[in-house]
Amino acid sequence: MSLLSRLLPRRRFDFHGGIHPPERKALSNGTPIRPGPMPAQLILPLTMHIGAPARPLVQVGDRVLKGEKIAEASGPVSVPVHAPSSGVISAIEPRPIQHPSGLDAPCIVLDTDGEDRWTALHPHPDFRAIPRPELLALIREAGIAGLGGAGFPTAIKLNLRDNQRIEQLILNAVECEPYITADDRLMRERAPALIRGIEILRYLVQPAETIVAIEDNKPEAIAAMRAAAEGTGIRIMTVPTKYPSGGEKQLIRLVTGKEVRSGGIPAEIGVVCQNIGTAYAVERAVVHGEPLIRRITTLTGEAFTQPGNVETLIGTPVQALLEAGGVTQPHRGRLIMGGPMMGFSIDHPMSPVVKTSNCIIAAPLTELPEPAPEQSCIRCGACADVCPAELLPQQLYWYSKAGEFDRARHYNLLDCIECGACSYVCPSNIPLVQYYRYAKAELRKQAAEHQKADRARERFEARTARIEKEKAEKEARRQARLAANRVKQAPDAAAPPAQADLKKAVNDASAAYKTAVKAAKEAEASGADNAVALRAEAERLKAHADALKANLRDAKAAGPAAPAHDDGLPALKKAVADASAAYKAAVKAMKDVEAGGDGDIDALRADTERLKAEADRLKAALRDAKAAAPAVVAAPVQEDPVAALKKAVADASSAYKAAVKAAKEAEASGDGDLDALRAEAERLKPTGSKPNCVTPRRRPRPHHHQPHRQPPRLRPPAMTRSKNATSA
Amino acid sequence: MNLISVTSPHTTGPSRTQRVMAQVLLATLPGLAVLCGLFGWGSLINVVWACAAALACEAAVLRLRGKPVGFHLADGSALVTAVLLALAIPPTAPWWLTLVGVGFAIIFAKQLYGGLGMNPFNPAMAGYVLLLISFPVDMTRWLPPFEAPDLATSLQLFLGRDHGIDALTGATPLDSLRTWAGDAAALAAQPALHGTFAGLGWEWVNLAFLAGGLWLLWRRVITWHIPAALLGALALCALPFWLHDSARFASPLFHLFSGAAMFGAFFIATDPVSAATSRTGRLIYAALIGVLIWVIRSFGGYPDAMAFAVLLLNLAAPTIDYYTQPRSYGHSKPKRGIGG
Amino acid sequence: MTILIAVLALLALAVVFGALLGFASEKFRVEGDPIVDQIDALLPQTQCGQCGHPGCRPYAEAIAEGEDHNRCPPGGEQTIQDLSDLLGREVLPLDGEADSADVKKVAFIREAECIGCTKCIQACPVDAIVGAARQMHTVIADECTGCDLCVEPCPVDCIDMIEVPPTLTTWGWSRPDGVGKTPERLINVVNLR
Repeated sequence: MSLLSRLLPRRRFDFHGGIHPPERKALSNGTPIRPGPMPAQLILPLTMHIGAPARPLVQVGDRVLKGEKIAEASGPVSVPVHAPSSGVISAIEPRPIQHPSGLDAPCIVLDTDGEDRWTALHPHPDFRAIPRPELLALIREAGIAGLGGAGFPTAIKLNLRDNQRIEQLILNAVECEPYITADDRLMRERAPALIRGIEILRYLVQPAETIVAIEDNKPEAIAAMRAAAEGTGIRIMTVPTKYPSGGEKQLIRLVTGKEVRSGGIPAEIGVVCQNIGTAYAVERAVVHGEPLIRRITTLTGEAFTQPGNVETLIGTPVQALLEAGGVTQPHRGRLIMGGPMMGFSIDHPMSPVVKTSNCIIAAPLTELPEPAPEQSCIRCGACADVCPAELLPQQLYWYSKAGEFDRARHYNLLDCIECGACSYVCPSNIPLVQYYRYAKAELRKQAAEHQKADRARERFEARTARIEKEKAEKEARRQARLAANRVKQAPDAAAPPAQADLKKAVNDASAAYKTAVKAAKEAEASGADNAVALRAEAERLKAHADALKANLRDAKAAGPAAPAHDDGLPALKKAVADASAAYKAAVKAMKDVEAGGDGDIDALRADTERLKAEADRLKAALRDAKAAAPAVVAAPVQEDPVAALKKAVADASSAYKAAVKAAKEAEASGDGDLDALRAEAERLKPTGSKPNCVTPRRRPRPHHHQPHRQPPRLRPPAMTRSKNATSA
Repeated sequence: MNLISVTSPHTTGPSRTQRVMAQVLLATLPGLAVLCGLFGWGSLINVVWACAAALACEAAVLRLRGKPVGFHLADGSALVTAVLLALAIPPTAPWWLTLVGVGFAIIFAKQLYGGLGMNPFNPAMAGYVLLLISFPVDMTRWLPPFEAPDLATSLQLFLGRDHGIDALTGATPLDSLRTWAGDAAALAAQPALHGTFAGLGWEWVNLAFLAGGLWLLWRRVITWHIPAALLGALALCALPFWLHDSARFASPLFHLFSGAAMFGAFFIATDPVSAATSRTGRLIYAALIGVLIWVIRSFGGYPDAMAFAVLLLNLAAPTIDYYTQPRSYGHSKPKRGIGG
Repeated sequence: MTILIAVLALLALAVVFGALLGFASEKFRVEGDPIVDQIDALLPQTQCGQCGHPGCRPYAEAIAEGEDHNRCPPGGEQTIQDLSDLLGREVLPLDGEADSADVKKVAFIREAECIGCTKCIQACPVDAIVGAARQMHTVIADECTGCDLCVEPCPVDCIDMIEVPPTLTTWGWSRPDGVGKTPERLINVVNLR
């Protein structure tokens, strides 16, 4: 097969569309690469690649050496950042970068000391001695992200699964954008190093064939690469000059005839594509141990008096490059980072050069004039004829403009590579690419909103279910309490009235059971996760009702009451005692505050009054309980109501203890903790039922301060609720 | 330094809407010249008058719609509509006929749909069909070729003053065919049917429009798809029937060089706004126009059919687009429908 | 006689086609989502209650039962449009003031002023506020729907609705201005020679 393919003449493939804009490469490709300026300050964005931002390893004031790692990768898709020169870290803060939004991004700012002193490097000239995983780690640690365009971490692209077989390793040296000549000069001047870098990539990927694709408008580069590749088996392939043949997908089609699935990656079809500049960076990293701290950037455009290519430190402000290239005359024009087809305007001259910055264009308006106003689309179809992704740009335009983003997606908007060929040929000057970027951003926003809405819905439903459950539980408890009370309040007389009460209790209990079952069913129907708990509660209630029924039978059988004992009363007594102690403590606290002469005594006094009322109420309850005791005696076998009573007593006493504690706190901190005391006092107030669901309303009412509110009624288990909230 | 910040791309190609329109106008000149040579000054007067009327209508409507008048007038689309309609109207037409047609084309068929790019129908053909249906007599009064009246007569005709006009008119080749089809002897006696290689006089009109169309092709203002498919389908339909019964059916050559065949193929059906969008779609669209032209010419009630055929297919263009979406890169098959 | 035949024939046809239609409607019945779920999916799930219902789902149920579908200010025109498409109803103008369009807001608690009353916790329809009694509360900004239901219950007015500023990840390109406009802004860079 491989023999056959080598013998047969290669088929030429092509991709659909494409344009031939004026190349303007002669502006900058005539002079050799020169070293870039050494600016006083280097600005290193933490995101120079696709993926998670790097995490700084240095602090302001740290002294770093050239090549030292100053930020580490913060996830699998991330790369570290290294100091491009020696100096002192002067800031870690948001700075203007090249981004169409004009927003600042977190950067590490390095004040250079001019010494340019290297840190210790670890070269590996014999890379074949290193196992592949270690070599990949080396590349990753060198901070290499694709130098061609998007800046995807190189190590990830080279890290293949064991079963992945790569047929073609394609080195993208097409450089199809007008103006840019960085790769051209690199190949002319440093072909042997490039071939070494390609050998490293070959060793990592183990492809069946390795192809360097170069556009036929760079004959010197082709010759230099052919000479350097002699005997290595690396194929230097010329491709016709056409924009955008350097797009990854277009190049793969051009070289192999294969197409990358929409939404897929080249490795799926056995292709790995790397920029030629990346191969150079890999060679520097492995053979010389140098991390990615500089790159070759084209300075071009008619505003430069000395255009050409410079090997610039990453983080160099654009202004320093403009000065180095001799941009002196004031002009109105464009400053672009990247090529004229896909580059972005630079908003701020202190924006730094990053790992992906292959070109800086400073062009006066005579060279790149102001865009003409958008005209009506005449549906000429020229855009569809040049679209390298074979889309219908016109339809995308209409739908994007009309806000029908789903339709735009149906027309494969997401396959658009934003190459700008459609805008280039549009006779009506429609900024088509911006329409697509807008539509894509809207689609992203919609997806995020949708996701958020789903989560909100989930949380809302979980909350509703929880409240339902709490309600059902409370209702069940209330029913049980009611039943117990009725039993309690039964006159201490003979069996028949007691039996009547008991019957009512049985009825109540079974009603409570039915309510609980209903609640459980609803919960099950809505799939809430507390359905099981509700069901258990219902079972418990059923048992309770059954027990009551049995009791009723027993009572009927037993006739007159049996002797009994009562252990509920002492607890209640104790509770009352606690409550009055709390009241007294509160009084004391109040007096203390009064003595201290600080304000808000009135409030404290009111609280104390409230505590007193509470204690009184409890005393009354004790009296009631005492009165009811005979009834309990009269129906001794009913364990559940007694237990419920016990529980109520226990609840009450814990509340009183809290009150005591609050009073003590108030004592301890004087008047400082009035709020706490007040809240606590409020907690002691009789708990009423409170609607838990969202309060319906028609409009947001104006919220102004309301000084005289009703005292809020609080429900204690806020802690558990918020726990639910975080785990939901 | 003042910088402008714009979205990429930062450079654009030379193509401009104004230039496209201007080239279309230029390409009509040979046809206009031949029309004037054969039928007198009428066509030229019509063209000038139609242009003025179109600009006035367009400006008025743009003003009413609150759009920038100068900016939209400058795109030249109103002029193209006016010229195409004026070339289709007989040179004998009085001024009001042209005015009604142009006014309808600009106001109703174009601006009320939202202006340039939004109209589903070809405005010139919409105006033409309105006139043809409303004023069938005025719209079918063609002069015999090579007997061009002088400027004064043409002006009289334009002003609607000459009442002896019927004495001047003659049958066009398609009229003759329509009237005498099936009668071989009668056909042979019709002088209009026997020009050098097709219908008398009209062969030269069509040749001139063909030349203009080829120039448009060469300038890449239009692509070959629509003219080729239209003319090809027309010829292909005509061929077997002509071979079968030449007394009843006209030859492919006659069809290609009669009436508005070339004019329609290169100037009317290629109107991108109302045509189908994709290349396959355009082939289907134009081929169906060709078939319809032949069907209506051979069996219909009107001698020529360009306007009807184009309008009918304008109506079908969205459906054609619906089924002819291209297969995008990375997709195994083309999509259907419009989504959403 | 012929009339009778014609009537019979038409009758027979009516019966046949009626049966066919009935059969088809049974055989090819589309088992879609219940309409309430579909409506709920279109609502923005802010659970803000501005429609007069305690949450989005209750409103979805109300719409399914015939209530007007134009009472959702957070959803705005787009939601009304989507609901109209789904329900085949007329597009109605929004009932109520539109939310200040497109500016996303979240609740923010000035924690120094929070007294820990838990009222906002109870008001929050999506449990996006954490805290305990007498502990200061805070908003989980990622979960906050911006419904502002927590603002009013706060006894000390320490909750603000703040705009979420765009970040590099959430920023998106804006729509060009359209026909007749140049998509350009002028930057004056002063400190460049």
